Amino acid sequence: MTAATPTAPGAFVSRTTGASRRNRPARRPASIAAQVFMITATVLWITPVVFALYVSLRPEKSTNKYGYVSMPHGGFTFSNFSNAWTQSDMLRFFENSVRITVPAVIITLLLASAVAFIVSRVSFKLNIALLIVFTAGNLLPQQVLITPLFRIYLAIHLPHFLSSSGLLYNSYFGLIVINVAFQLGFCVFVLSNYMKTIPGEMYEAAVVDGASLWTRYWRLTLPLCRPALAAMATLLTTWIYNDFFWAITLISTGNKRPITSALANLQGQFVSNQNMIAAAALIAAIPTLVVYVLLQKQFIAGLSLGSSKG
Amino acid sequence: MSDSESGTPGAQSPMSRRSVLKGLAGAAGLAVVPGALLEACSSKKPAAASSSSAAAAPSTSAAASSAAAAPSTSAAAAPSSSAAAGGSITFGSNYSDAATKAAFQTIVDATTKQTGVQVTVNTTDHNTFQNNISTYLQGTPDDLATWFAGYRLQFFAAQNLLTPIDDVWDKIGANFNDAGKSLSKGLDGHYYMVPLYNYPWVVFYNKSVFTAKGYTVPATWADFIALAKKMKTDGLIPIAFADKDGWPALGTFDIINLRTNGYDFHIQLMKHQVPWTDKRVADVFNQWAEILPYCQSGATGRIWQDAAKALENKQAGMMFQGSNQVAANYAPENLADLDFFVYPTINTAYGTDFMDAPTDGFMLPKKAKNVAAAKAVLEYIGSADAEAAFLATDKYDVGLANGLNAPTYSDIQKKAVVEIGKCKNVSQFMDRDTIPDMATAMIKLIQGFIDNPSASNIAALQKSAETQAKTIFTA
Amino acid sequence: MRTLSRRDKVVLGVLLGVPLLVDLVFVWFPAFATIALSFTKWSGVNGVNFFKPCKAGGLPGVPHPGCFFGTQNYHQAFNSGITPDFRPAVEHNAIWLLVFILIATPLGMLFAVVIDRGIAGSRIYQSVLFLPVMLSLALIGIIWELIYSQNLGLVNTLIGRNGNGNAIDWLGNPHLNLWSVLVEATWRQAGYVMVLYLAGLKAVDSTLREAAVIDGSNGWQTFWRVIFPVMRPINIVVLVVTVIESLRAFDLVYITSKSNVLPGLELLSISITQNIVGETQRIGFGSALGVVLLVISLVPISIFLYQNFRVEEKR
Repeated sequence: MTAATPTAPGAFVSRTTGASRRNRPARRPASIAAQVFMITATVLWITPVVFALYVSLRPEKSTNKYGYVSMPHGGFTFSNFSNAWTQSDMLRFFENSVRITVPAVIITLLLASAVAFIVSRVSFKLNIALLIVFTAGNLLPQQVLITPLFRIYLAIHLPHFLSSSGLLYNSYFGLIVINVAFQLGFCVFVLSNYMKTIPGEMYEAAVVDGASLWTRYWRLTLPLCRPALAAMATLLTTWIYNDFFWAITLISTGNKRPITSALANLQGQFVSNQNMIAAAALIAAIPTLVVYVLLQKQFIAGLSLGSSKG
Repeated sequence: MSDSESGTPGAQSPMSRRSVLKGLAGAAGLAVVPGALLEACSSKKPAAASSSSAAAAPSTSAAASSAAAAPSTSAAAAPSSSAAAGGSITFGSNYSDAATKAAFQTIVDATTKQTGVQVTVNTTDHNTFQNNISTYLQGTPDDLATWFAGYRLQFFAAQNLLTPIDDVWDKIGANFNDAGKSLSKGLDGHYYMVPLYNYPWVVFYNKSVFTAKGYTVPATWADFIALAKKMKTDGLIPIAFADKDGWPALGTFDIINLRTNGYDFHIQLMKHQVPWTDKRVADVFNQWAEILPYCQSGATGRIWQDAAKALENKQAGMMFQGSNQVAANYAPENLADLDFFVYPTINTAYGTDFMDAPTDGFMLPKKAKNVAAAKAVLEYIGSADAEAAFLATDKYDVGLANGLNAPTYSDIQKKAVVEIGKCKNVSQFMDRDTIPDMATAMIKLIQGFIDNPSASNIAALQKSAETQAKTIFTA
Repeated sequence: MRTLSRRDKVVLGVLLGVPLLVDLVFVWFPAFATIALSFTKWSGVNGVNFFKPCKAGGLPGVPHPGCFFGTQNYHQAFNSGITPDFRPAVEHNAIWLLVFILIATPLGMLFAVVIDRGIAGSRIYQSVLFLPVMLSLALIGIIWELIYSQNLGLVNTLIGRNGNGNAIDWLGNPHLNLWSVLVEATWRQAGYVMVLYLAGLKAVDSTLREAAVIDGSNGWQTFWRVIFPVMRPINIVVLVVTVIESLRAFDLVYITSKSNVLPGLELLSISITQNIVGETQRIGFGSALGVVLLVISLVPISIFLYQNFRVEEKR
């Protein structure tokens, strides 16, 4: 699902002392059993993706005749990919995704870090209450919110430079706003946990030096949070990019949709050509796969941030 | 994407409008009329008098005869492209399949040429478009939108979401017969739509297969079942069948109901003037249960495009669906082999007098931005010329305008005109003849029936339909 | 307590106020509005008046402007004659939850435990098992449709049931399709749980394990008796995540049923969406269903909040 749920509170995990933990009293049968189990699982797990790739590389005539599970009669072809790209205007959908995801991630991080800073560093009676407000809001299923939300979107008017439709509904700005609002909770939660681990002395020194609140936030805290911010950025990018529900319900014009929800449109458009749809789906998956390959560490760190106590 | 619209955005705060009461009062005042209109809407064929065909005078219906007599010269009065003031509009379209999309583009191009109005087409996938229509109309609709005739149109008109286009009809009224006119009206008697085409729901088959295997077109139910049996032993799927989208199966219900119980009962059922627990409804399902074993299994998991493929690949012998779907889906090189026959007789009292022939057209949303240009476009579309332009690329629908000269008609289209013309009455299809919620309820129930066509399930299904109908039909 | 300068107070207001406003307006207000709207009957057009009770009359099927409907929506929802989808939807959500709790989550935990023990190839296993989590659920639905395709798909071809007469309809048959979709959901959920659990495992104090080994317990005993109890907070988190993810089930089913409601795949989230993203909208009724979902969701949410913030206060 697109939004995540926070993990338990506690210190930020940076323990990597693994060496001493590895039990190596070699229990042969257990080891072999474990290997077999993992290999089987891995093969099963990768099969769907490989299969989809295989289908997308086969020409439609060949699969219509022989099925998807057949030797590659008719050879391989990239035509499904090129057709999917050109005929379905995928570039525009990618642009839409970028227009929504990039601002949303940046704004979310800014707002969430601001709240996290206040809540973790400025003693406040309401700190816990605020945290609860943010965290709980993020845990609600999207469908609970959608009915009134969508009426709100129809009611709020925007100037034309913000929204071509004149309303919050059916606009990029509208999607950015809801993604920000919906991801805020998790971000606040994680960042506040992280910020709590920054030693208090640094702030006291800053105060002594006469640093204002803003400076303490912008110049002191944020740079120290870089790892956490990077991790969250990775997570948020993936989740907002993968979002499906908000785009389906809050954007009605087909070609304003970001790529993930545009796939539903494409399914309807190329309904008889499953090979092309598979190709389109795989193209849409590329950015997440890039993140996955390059930034897996950050992504997992983001998920584990704040997980478990020592 | 930018809407290159001019004019101020139609900013109406939805929270404050009360004028729906006006519309409803008007409609309520005409309480007598809607019933009659609904009948009229569903009745009749488009007197698409293709010039060459002598069948242009199907005189069996009162409504048609007067119009059919209209000389083809009236169509020559193409809507004066006086409003060719230019400007640009956006056009929301649900013509998402490749063939229909291409045909739509043809008429858009012809429109621009004729009226000087620039048209930007926003295509949305078919199902999504329908699902979003209410929000779409309330939010930021295009200047024109594709839609369907029947209750589905009147429903939205009655909620004040469409602009009445009586002024457009003043100009194009002469091009259509009474049936075409009443199909385009709302419950309040005003016009809300300009029709473009309609198409029949019939049983398709491949001529070559029938010749090769020595099949003959069945005229009665008994023949139909016998043919299906024969096809099965010959290794074919007798009837290709798909119901993942839910609505295709409604067509079969409609036609069996029309054949078994007649047009009047069908319309009464659609308007819930007779209960769903009526014995005659059970008769329909029992009749259906006889042919169901010969219908392709796994229907709820199959989209109709795949069923059509099965027919095209000659794995299936027949398929009952609209020409707008099956013929549209055929590869051009196979189209010559495609033919159809009307659903066989079940009850000799009604013969093959009726069928579903849904009409599609265009409507003008209330919140359209460039109304003047949109109306200019509509004036052009409501003409024989425009229909001919559309039908040049569309090989499976038939137009409705009087005096339509469509030399590009394929055999299927010519036959469709004839067969629709032979009908005493024509209905629009369940999801347009009844309240949309009721159609949705029936979709689910019929999917359950397909899964389990036993007598007890039929009884349960009827009961459920009636309970839901009671809630849906109370205002 | 640091004293804040005036300027600081303004900054504080902005830093806190803007996000709070966004959250309140776009998350909390709708949540409460759902509750309010559930007592109305409204087709979504032309505004709603909370103080005007709905009255009968008028043309059948043509909706009145929004009005106050009392608890009728709830009566209609729970009446299976009027809303035959409701009971199946709740049942399916329950099944989804059970499958997650009994199969997907334990599977993920198992993966995590095995990988944590440091077998060769861990990196590859982890990467592969985690891949589905990166993919959008819509994509997952599309990919698996290829596998489940009746005549051409992987499953039917391998088991020889891909002919026209004997094909198994994995996604259309109402007795099968929920399970087919649950396989897809498990495929993804297991990897997600695995990563969460791995993080938790890594953070377990190594001295605990060493002590257990010294005491002579083998791998499994070490896990069950020593590590698992210590991971109670993580276990609770994983459980809460599982429950919430199962309540969120939507994308997969929506893309599989192509926005219709296929028998066998009814879900609360789908029903709610149908009442808004549908040709005729039933705002009040959809909100009532939303409230049902909200009430059910409050259980895991409360558990989570209690677990986390109680612990916080203890510090």
